[in-house]
Order: sequence, then C-alpha cells, then structure tokens
Amino acid sequence: MLRSRPALSRRIKDGAHETLLFRRRALAGFTIIACCLAVLLGRFFQLQVLRHDEFNARSDANRIKIRPLPPARGLIYDRNGVVLADNVPQYRLELTPEQVDDVDATLQRLRAVLSLSDEDIERFRELRRLKRNFDGVPVRLQLSETEVASFAVQRHLFPGVEIVPYLTRSYPHRELLAHVVGYVGRIDEGDRERLDPARYAGFSHIGKTGIERQYEDVLLGQPGYEQVETDAQGRALRVLHRVPPRQGSHVRLTIDARLQEATAKAFDGRPGAAVAIDPRNGEVLALVSLPGFDPNLFINGISRKQYAALLNAVYRPLFNRALQGGYEPGSTAKPFLGLAGLELGLRTANSTVVSTGQFRLEGASHVWRDWKRGGHGRVNLHEAIAQSVNSYFYQLAVDLGIDRLADYMSRFGFGRPTGIDLQGEASGLLPSREWKLRVHQKPWYPGETVIAGIGQGYWIVTPVQLASALATLASDGVRHVPHLLLSTQTARDAPRPAAIHASTPSFVRDRANLVTVRDGMVAVMHGPTGTARAVGAGSTYRIAGKSGTAQRYTRKDASEYDEKRVAEHLRHQALFVAYAPAEAPRLAVALVVEHGSSGSKAAAPVARAILDAYLLPPPAPMP
Amino acid sequence: MILSERIAYEVRRFFARLLKRPRLDLPLLGGLLALCLIGLAVLYSAGGGSTTQVLNQSARLALGFAVFVLLSRVPPAILRDWTPWFYAGTVALLVAVALFGEGRGAHRWLDLGVLRFQPSELAKLALPMMVAWQLHARVLPPTWSTLAMSAVLIAVPALLIAEQPDLGTALLVAISGAFVIFLAGLSWPRIGLVVGAAAAAAPIGWQFMHEYQRNRVRMFLDPEADPLGNGWNIIQAKIAVGSGGFAGKGYGMSTQAKLDFLPEHTTDFIFAVFSEEFGVIGVAVVIALYIFIIGRGLMIAADARDTYSRLLAGSIAMTFFVYVMVNGGMITGLMPVVGVPMPLISYGGTSAVSLLAGFGVLQSIHAHRRHALTPS
Repeated sequence: MLRSRPALSRRIKDGAHETLLFRRRALAGFTIIACCLAVLLGRFFQLQVLRHDEFNARSDANRIKIRPLPPARGLIYDRNGVVLADNVPQYRLELTPEQVDDVDATLQRLRAVLSLSDEDIERFRELRRLKRNFDGVPVRLQLSETEVASFAVQRHLFPGVEIVPYLTRSYPHRELLAHVVGYVGRIDEGDRERLDPARYAGFSHIGKTGIERQYEDVLLGQPGYEQVETDAQGRALRVLHRVPPRQGSHVRLTIDARLQEATAKAFDGRPGAAVAIDPRNGEVLALVSLPGFDPNLFINGISRKQYAALLNAVYRPLFNRALQGGYEPGSTAKPFLGLAGLELGLRTANSTVVSTGQFRLEGASHVWRDWKRGGHGRVNLHEAIAQSVNSYFYQLAVDLGIDRLADYMSRFGFGRPTGIDLQGEASGLLPSREWKLRVHQKPWYPGETVIAGIGQGYWIVTPVQLASALATLASDGVRHVPHLLLSTQTARDAPRPAAIHASTPSFVRDRANLVTVRDGMVAVMHGPTGTARAVGAGSTYRIAGKSGTAQRYTRKDASEYDEKRVAEHLRHQALFVAYAPAEAPRLAVALVVEHGSSGSKAAAPVARAILDAYLLPPPAPMP
Repeated sequence: MILSERIAYEVRRFFARLLKRPRLDLPLLGGLLALCLIGLAVLYSAGGGSTTQVLNQSARLALGFAVFVLLSRVPPAILRDWTPWFYAGTVALLVAVALFGEGRGAHRWLDLGVLRFQPSELAKLALPMMVAWQLHARVLPPTWSTLAMSAVLIAVPALLIAEQPDLGTALLVAISGAFVIFLAGLSWPRIGLVVGAAAAAAPIGWQFMHEYQRNRVRMFLDPEADPLGNGWNIIQAKIAVGSGGFAGKGYGMSTQAKLDFLPEHTTDFIFAVFSEEFGVIGVAVVIALYIFIIGRGLMIAADARDTYSRLLAGSIAMTFFVYVMVNGGMITGLMPVVGVPMPLISYGGTSAVSLLAGFGVLQSIHAHRRHALTPS
C-alpha cells in the first residue's frame, strides 16, 4: 500500500487533490445515503402496501372489541298464565373508582344516605379487585324505592357514584313453587367448566335447580353483541355495531298455581309431599314438597348464615320430598296388588279369604297381623280394599310370589324413575330376589314376600312415582310419563306445545278387573265399611281412594300402637292415594304426611281438600 | 452604562447586518422549515389535539432557529480556533454528568442551577468539530497513526455517553466522528478493515451492554415472541405503519395513537403516527425532503474552501441521515428500538436545538465559502 503513495517525508498538503477527494467521498456518501433511504422507503412500501391488509386487520382487532349483550331470560308461567318466575327491574348502586378521589371516604359518606352493611363493603372490595378502574363496581344491590329517591336528591355530592337499573329474577310465589320452578344463581366455577363460553358470554346467572335448570336451554335466549371501539386499556369509546339479544322462550307449565296453593294449604304446616297428575295425559297439576324455602334468597348469593339455617332446619326444607323422598307405600299398594291377582288369574272378584286377625306361614312361627283385632272375617277383594284387610293381601302376595309381584308392579312404574322433567328424581326400590342377592348377599325369605303384600319391607316409592302409578290405574292401565312442560313460546311466535310425552298402551287384559279394583277404592271413601268413609262423606263427586300407613315404629308384640306415646318424628308416615271423579278421572293425587300416624285420619282429609279445590267450582279452565 | 450601551449597539448592528445581508442558504432553510411545520402538524394530531405540546415545541424550535441564526454569523475560522476548548469542555461536562448527573434510570442531565441540559447534546457538535480540527492540518487521506488518534478522540465521549447509559446518542456521536474520517478520504480497504473489526467486536460489546439494551436487541430479533412485554412497541408501531396503507387514514385519524395503543406516540414513535395518517405517499414525501436536506448539506460542504469546514459540514449533513435511518428502521421493525428521535418531527427540545445548531454551522460555512481561511 505504501508503494502507491508518496513517501511520508514528501507528503505535503495538496488542496486541489483534497478537494477532489472530498467531492468524490461526498458523492459516494450521498449515494450510499440515498440507497439506504430508498431501502427504508421500500420497507414502508412493504408494510403499507404489500402487507396492508394484515396490519389493517390487526389495527381493527386492536381497537374493536366485541361486548356481549345478555338477553332477558324467558318467563315461567303456570297453565293459566300466572307468572311463576319473573324478571323485575331493580336498582343497584355503582361506584367507578377512577372517578372517585377517595373511595373509602365516599363509602363512609354513602352510609349516611342508605344502609351499607360491612358485608356489602367487603363484597365491594372483592369485586373491585376483579374489575378495571373505569368499570362501575356494585356497592349495593336491590335498592328500595326510598333509597333510590334519597340518593337521587344528593347525587351531586357523589361524583362517580350512580344508580344503575338491571333485571333480576324474581319468584313471586316464594316457597310455594321452590321445588318445582327451582331458582337461578350466579355462575360458579363448576358451571364455567361445563358451559359453552360463547353461549354464556355476558351471563351472570344460570338455572341451578328445578325447571330453571331443566329448561335452561329454552329459557336462556340468544346473546347479542356490540362492536365497540376501545382504547388500549379496554375502555369503550363508542358503539360501532349492535346485534340485539333475543329473549329466551317463555315456558308454560302444567302446574295450576291455584291447586298448588290449595295443596300446600291442605297440609296445614305439616311436612310432607303431594303430587297431583291429570291421568288422561300425565300433566302434573301440583307438585308440593313441604316445608319449602324462598328461592329468591339464592338468586344473588345466599349468606352463609341463611344457608346454614336452611341446611340444619329439622324438616330439611331444601329436600325435595316429592321427587326424592322414599316412603314405604304401605296399604296404598293394595289396589295395585289386587289388580295383579285378578289379571294373573289367581283371584276372581268373588274369591274370599278369611281374616282372623293373625296370619301365619306354614312352618314359621312369626305372626303377621290385621290392623283390626280379631280380623275382618270372610272378605272378597272389594271388601279387602275397602277395609284394608291385611290377611287378604298376605295370602295374595304369597300366591303371587315375589318374582311375579315385582314384575307386575314394575308395569306401574315402581322401582324406577318416572321420567318427569325435573332433575334429581329418585328411583325408589322395588325389591326382588335378584336385587336382594346382589345388594344384601342373602337369599329372599318367604316372610319378606308376606309384608310386600301390604307395601312394607324393602319396597320404597317416591310420591311422584306413587302418583304416576295411580294415574296409570285411573287411566285404565295407560301409562303417561308425568311432565311439567305444557308449552314454550318465544317473544314473537305462537306458543309451541311441548313434545308429546311418551305413553305406553294399556297392559290390562280385562277392563272388568279395573272396575272391581276401582269399586273397592270407591268403597274406601263412600262404602259403609270404608276406612276413609268419614272423609268421603258429603262429596258431590265420587272418589276412589286408598290410605296407607308406613311404619316407622315396629311393634315387637301385640300391644296397640299408641300415637300419643310416640314422639312425633317416630310416628308413622301417613299416605293417601285418590283419584276423582271415579268414573271419569281428571285428577290423581298421591300424598304423604310425614309423622301423620294414620293414612285415613291424617292424609285422607288432605287428599279430599286437594280434590275439592280442583273439581268443585270455580272449575279450573282446561286447555 | 457604557457596557450596556455597547451591547445594545452590537445587537442593533447584528440585526442590521442580518437583515441587509442574510447570507442564508434559502433551499436548506426552506427544507428545515418545511420539516418543522410537518412535525408540528403531526404533533397536534398525535397529541390528541393538545395545543400545549404544540406550543412547547414551537418555543423550542424558535430557540433552535435563534441558535441557528446566531451560529450562521460566526465565521468558521473562529469555530475552528475554539474547537479544542469546546471539545475539552464537553468531555469535562460528560465526566461531571457521570459523577453528579441526574435523571430517572439513566444519568443524562446536568443541573446548572438556572438550567438543566444534557451535555451529550453538545457532544453531537463538539465531536465532529474536534475530529475535523484534528485532521484539517494533516495530509489526507489520514495515516494509521492519525486514525488511532481520531479513534481515541471519538471513543472518549462516546463511551462516556454509552455509560450513562444512552446508546442512541453514543451511536450518533461516534458515527458523526466516523463520517469525518470517511470524508477525509480513508481508503476503502481500510474502511472495510475497520468495519470488519467493529463487527468482530460486537459480541464483546454484548458483554458490556445493560440488560435493557440486550432486551431491545432480543425483541428486535423476534418482537412477536413477547407481544405484551418488550415487543409491544415494535408490534404496535408496525401495525400503525402497515394500517396506514397507500394514502393513509387521513389527518387526525390515527387510531393507534388516539386509542393509546402506540406508546411514545409523540416522541420516538411519532413518525409511525405520520405513516398511519398519510400512508406511503406521505412517507415518500418526507423521505424525499430528508434526502434533499442532506444533499444540500453535502453540496455546501463540497463548496467550502478549507478542509475543516468541508469535513465538519459533510459530517453534520450525513449524521442527519443516521437519525432518519435509525428512527425509520425502528418503527418499521428493521432495527432495534434505540432512543433516536425522528429529526425535527419528534416532540422534544434538546435534539431539535442541537440539530438546528448543527445546521447553523452549515449556514455559516455556506456564508463564508468565499473566504479562504488562514491556516491556524
């Protein structure tokens, strides 16, 4: 390199050369710069023109957020249009932290205007952590009108605090229909896991129990959405596009609120359950489980204290006895067994049995008793039902054998869920040889067949099951699946009837057998020897009924069962089944009065009250 | 009394001369004014219609143009003679900043009681002046030993600034010195050698980088890997630029800035807002304006009579390019995020004043192009 240059000692400044050198360099520099800036411009071109669509989409995605709009929930009506579950406007107080200088001081000042519990404030702090600073945080829900008015007057003193209207579910009949309609509650973690997030976008509540749960999909509705322009913090600035939500369908139930109320009233405060079914189609007109509870408590979260009180209450109000309560059918099983004897050719209407008050099996020492000392004498099926003669049915059960007995009873739906459209139905228990071996690892003993003849032993029914079986008997052996849904109706369209419910054709071979059994049941109410003749007296229509008493208290000896000596919760369960009018049944009722001692004394009047309420004027309008 | 009369007399004379013979290069002045006006207009939009920022920036630009006019009256010979002192003073101030400086995270500011300023801004002018001063008397192209001396002169302030830490300014300062050497005619093979050595030294430089600087390099390499953390700025800037399209969303319609998605949208990222609102057409116009200013600066340099003026003027013009390239590269994801503003468009006073001061020197060189300097 040195060779190409003048020797160091000879180097002197050469102005012209340096000027030339500089100009060449400046030109080279400018060329490089121009090239670089051209590359930069090319990059802009690449982003802005070639990849414009991609970035434009991302820019829109940045600024446009989708905000879900939850629809109003469908309402629930009874068969006559009485509202059972309503959406009512409510007011809540919201505070926007961003707009409030001193949140704590503001909360303290608010206490002077309306009542704020420590619980409210605690919940406020919890919610505040979950929300963004510019979101309104609820301070109080369900403001009373007075509170709304007194706050409105002082509004100017509370910047950043405002009253927000909202819709909340309301159950105007409170405990009356808690076990039917159920309730909605806040969506919790468990719900979130199983829900489709798209369908539930923006929802805060979901049906938790009862019809609210069963027909959640119908009641829910279609959420709408808003496209809103937001800033980087997610604050909504304006609405670009709006698709309104569609309200959920209204649901009309088969329940008759008036009958439901009469039924509950007939229990006169005693715990128990009743189910009333129209035997012609399986429509459930009343379904009562007592005591009930106020479902409104659960909508926005029940307090721990209230919940504990409900859980620990002595008669367990949260427990749906009509669906889940298991009771021995007792003597209410007799008409069904009587029909089995006739249909299977083991008895005729005139076959008789002599009741001596005691019944023995050959080779066994155990004695089974009639309820009447000394027995009823010689009785046929008619009298055996009317007087509830145990011996007749002990012998019948033995002649049937447990296998045939269980098989025939299952035709009435005993031993399995009825399929009613409510969740959590228990299946009851219809014992059999096979069942006992499987569950108890023991053979079936003949004595167990004997007590099955009077509906005791392992046999367990639920009230809805018993009502359904009775309705089957009342409708000449045609079994309709009991159901609560009458029709659904969207906000715009005409009502749409519920899908036709499954029914099985009659299994009864000879209608005369049904008449024999029915006449026996009519004699219970109206015959000279009927066990419930006192209750049937004075009725303008004819009732077919049968009482039952399930034992809680086992007699160890021949001593009389003395109701007054036994603590209430150890008394027998009183059952009653009845349908009317006997000739053309329109209502079949099964009910249990817990600890009611005797079916004919405690339960029969309740059944009469229910039938009167439905069949006597004013007659309920039929669809 | 006599002193104040004297000052008043001098000021009157200065303005009289200025008006009589402005001796300003009007194309250059026009280009600069056009850029400043574009900058103020974008600032008004990017700042969401805030007039305070626009007024602030106008005041700073006015101050910058005052310095610009003042310096344009100072003959290059005087600048040259004072260069070593200016350089020494600047280095001393940088040392002072290293010892007593203040600022959040980085020590850049020096509080002189009456005013706070960043001595690193002085270095942007002092360094090319010093290297030009060092080379002007020597036979060019420079020899290795001269080059070694220049390297030391560049390295001292550059490292002091990088240590603050202010990588962007350090880069600008070092490059302004390197441009002087380039313009002095350093042979291409030697340039290749130096650039190659610098590239080889890069991994060593990595060792000395602060973690936040390393993160900037990392996220430059893959911004989408951390879209809400370090990569956010780059992604949002690219979205702003790309969504602008061919003709832009229109003045005042930048959603990326209006809705706050783009951080620093009035300072380092303001050109992304401009790109979003005016599209590739607007970008082409501004880049053409920058090329025009740089080209005009280089012409002034080529016309200068003496080596010092030539080298200094050339370096100032070429350094202007580095701002544009680094900032433009940053918002389009071509280069890492380095805190370099878009010259005369970004909001921020110090860089605007020092840039205009540099162009004041250019104007002075232009004004005195017919006066051959006496060798110092």
